[in-house]
Amino acid sequence: MLKENLVLIGNGMAGVRTLEELLKLAPDQYNITVFGEEPYGNYNRIMLSPVLASEKTIEQIMLNDESWYTDNGITLHKGKKVEEINRARREVIASDGTVAHYDRLIIATGSVPFMLPIPGVDKAGVIGFRDIKDVDTMLEASSKYKHAVVIGGGLLGLEAANGLMKQGMQVSVVHLLDTLMERQLDKPAAQMLQKSLEARGMKFLMQASTAELLGDGRVTGVRFKDGSVVEADLVVMAVGIKPNIALGKAAGLYCERGIVVNDTMQTITDPKIYAIGECVQHRGTAYGLVAPLFEQAKVAANHLAKYGIARYQGTVTSTKLKVTGIELFSAGDFIGNDKTEDIVFKDAASGTYKKIVLEGNQIKGAVLYGDTVDGSWYFQMMKDGTDVSAFRDSLLFGQHHLGDSGHNPETRVASLPDSAEICGCNGVCKGDIVKAITEKKLFTLDEVRAHTKASASCGSCTGLVESLLAHTVGGDYSATPKTKPLCKCTEHTHDDIRAGILQHSLKTMPAVREFFDWKTPDGCPACRNALNYYLLCAYPTEYQDDPQSRYINERAHGNIQKDGTYSVVPRMFGGMCTSDQLRAIADVADKYQVPTMKVTGGQRIDMFGIQKEQLPAMWKDLSTAGFVSGHAYGKAMRTVKTCVGSEWCRFGTQDSTGLGVKLEELTWGSWMPHKFKLAVSGCPRNCAEATIKDIGVVCVDSGYELHIGGNGGIKVRVTDLLCKVATEAEVLEYTGAFCQFYREDAHYLERTAPWVERVGLAKIKAAVVDDAAQRQALHARFLISQQPAQIDPWKARANGAEALEFTPITLAQ
Amino acid sequence: MSQWIEVVELDKIPVLGSRLVKTREQNIAVFRGSDDQVYAIRDACPHKGGPLSQGIMHGTTVTCPLHNWKIDLTSGHALAPDEGCSNVFAVKVEGGKVYLQL
Repeated sequence: MLKENLVLIGNGMAGVRTLEELLKLAPDQYNITVFGEEPYGNYNRIMLSPVLASEKTIEQIMLNDESWYTDNGITLHKGKKVEEINRARREVIASDGTVAHYDRLIIATGSVPFMLPIPGVDKAGVIGFRDIKDVDTMLEASSKYKHAVVIGGGLLGLEAANGLMKQGMQVSVVHLLDTLMERQLDKPAAQMLQKSLEARGMKFLMQASTAELLGDGRVTGVRFKDGSVVEADLVVMAVGIKPNIALGKAAGLYCERGIVVNDTMQTITDPKIYAIGECVQHRGTAYGLVAPLFEQAKVAANHLAKYGIARYQGTVTSTKLKVTGIELFSAGDFIGNDKTEDIVFKDAASGTYKKIVLEGNQIKGAVLYGDTVDGSWYFQMMKDGTDVSAFRDSLLFGQHHLGDSGHNPETRVASLPDSAEICGCNGVCKGDIVKAITEKKLFTLDEVRAHTKASASCGSCTGLVESLLAHTVGGDYSATPKTKPLCKCTEHTHDDIRAGILQHSLKTMPAVREFFDWKTPDGCPACRNALNYYLLCAYPTEYQDDPQSRYINERAHGNIQKDGTYSVVPRMFGGMCTSDQLRAIADVADKYQVPTMKVTGGQRIDMFGIQKEQLPAMWKDLSTAGFVSGHAYGKAMRTVKTCVGSEWCRFGTQDSTGLGVKLEELTWGSWMPHKFKLAVSGCPRNCAEATIKDIGVVCVDSGYELHIGGNGGIKVRVTDLLCKVATEAEVLEYTGAFCQFYREDAHYLERTAPWVERVGLAKIKAAVVDDAAQRQALHARFLISQQPAQIDPWKARANGAEALEFTPITLAQ
Repeated sequence: MSQWIEVVELDKIPVLGSRLVKTREQNIAVFRGSDDQVYAIRDACPHKGGPLSQGIMHGTTVTCPLHNWKIDLTSGHALAPDEGCSNVFAVKVEGGKVYLQL
């Protein structure tokens, strides 16, 4: 088939990002031609401020040099301005007469600085702040002249003013209103910002309306409406940007403020033409930050690759000011209205201000000044609509204070030394990550993972790595999108897919992949295992489990060790045992010459160093002695740990061991989204450490406290109290219901601790505690799922099931 | 001298799964794709020697069970950005039987 021609007008971040996304999806689909007005490759425009401040060089902010275009077979016409789009002939015509035919066209012409329509605006030394040329002009002026005036006290204006000051100029910022950055900051934060900039030597002329720029040829001064005049050898206009729609408009595309596009980033006038980036108006909004552009790029690329399943639904944006030494973050509606409530912390002496706007216990906006490390945490909760009522009283102290559970941790990454280890699993230090981000020009978490392995294993440092990424490339890094696809094989989220499985009665993996239009025929290890679990959870009695869609530990029913041998952990219900049982385990250990034995943290006995082909025989002997699998290898219910309780303990209030055995008899064998542990303590001294378990029962004199969502692993998280009940029967019912709710609601590989934090304790209480009918229904569904799950997999394999898995082929050669 | 050796019947290898073949010299993992294409690779990941036969196969790639390196079964090369290579062996299916060239 003949390749179609794709033409991109605008060699900026949005356009080139679209091409990168497209090349990932469909590298050979188009002949690609790019027109760029500037005589460079593609560079990171948001980093121009650090260049102006001499903190970075132009080379450091180049994203794609010319070899990238050559390597990908892209024709680059740099320094050529497109003058006309002829839609009838499907051609674009550049200023030098170059003509390119297109089958599909992307307009990514960006924006232009808005220049005030006042006398003198055309004088030399009056510029906007938009591209490398403007930076060069400013740097040149700073070496010859002294006085700079920046008109506009917004984000861009302050960054320009800061840079010019760094270059040794005396800078005055002129602002029409009485507070700086009014689109991002409330009054107290703006005042603190102004004070700290004034302390650095920046001058401010507030509520000043510019009337005229003075001078012959080159600008010499600025005159205001009140008649006052300030000296100026350089005037930078940073009063705003306007979408650059001239070309689109001339081509007859419908424009309002920007070129109007639909949810697949096609112009509403001509579906062959896409528009993307700052020149675009989508659902009434024109964006001027980079995160939305990247989201748009993904959607456009998806459509160009003819997948057509991505939709752009707008972006909630956040802002950080790139002025070294000033920490500032804002997002959402930070002013509030009569339906909202504010939580405010202000310490003028230490230069810290935090304000969070809440509506119905959900974050609607935030302004942080001085201490912004929790910005991305608040922002994530704002996008997720997280119910914060459970920790509202400590919200302002940040996630660190809350005792996070390993996902989205937030730490003071900026102040860490380069030698600080970020990823403990793979031994990756901060310096390695920062170096990879800057040298390889990484923008996303996935890229950093692929190149450095940081956060690629247990994932507990994901938040740190994201913070580093944000800190290194600026606040506008390509943040993890608010809706995370299940894996790279699909655009759909865990929740979408789980809902679809039920709603459309999808009962096999191929059916799910077909319905959701998977990009890969067999899926990948991530989605195969997740789908296998989701289907098993949805159709426990019907679904045929797929061993090839399970990790080796679950396929072999043992834990693989570094030398390829396995470990065997027989189940000991509630951690209880008899001398006969211990003897039986000892006999098995002798017979199979087990090199290492150990007591586990979950009160079981672990035998190491077993060859895979020996497993079924060993299981047969254990099974004969009455043992079943301990599931120490599975994303499954693992153990119920107990302390000795009222039978012996002089402090014990209830029979904790007896209850532990009952709980384990109820729950053993259950496949879960992740590993799942229980404990029962006989009194509040809590010797079984129940308050760091997925479910912890703490016995008290009057009954049983049920605690959930604890974690003793990567990040310790103490449980939340779910409720208190009076009888053992209730403990069992609530446990079954909670297990089932977690099984049906959590994402695969999400432990209860991050799940509780994501969905909120209130939702879990509503389902399991407040609504008796729902609790009973959940419990009943759990019992149904347990019928097939409690067929001991060891016994089945000892009797010949899955024999091929355990039988190597031996050749004489 | 290398020669073709009959190893196993094709349907004794699970689809998107593998069998471990032990020879005197080494262990070899033989995989079967969803299209019944068969691949053979030394049963040792170039990273830390993990048994690739125990990994999850997807497309023409296997993910090592120890540290999730992805190895291309056609070439034996680790997928970028990891670097390394494991031996692959010629393999064919005739009359429902899998033959390995050793």
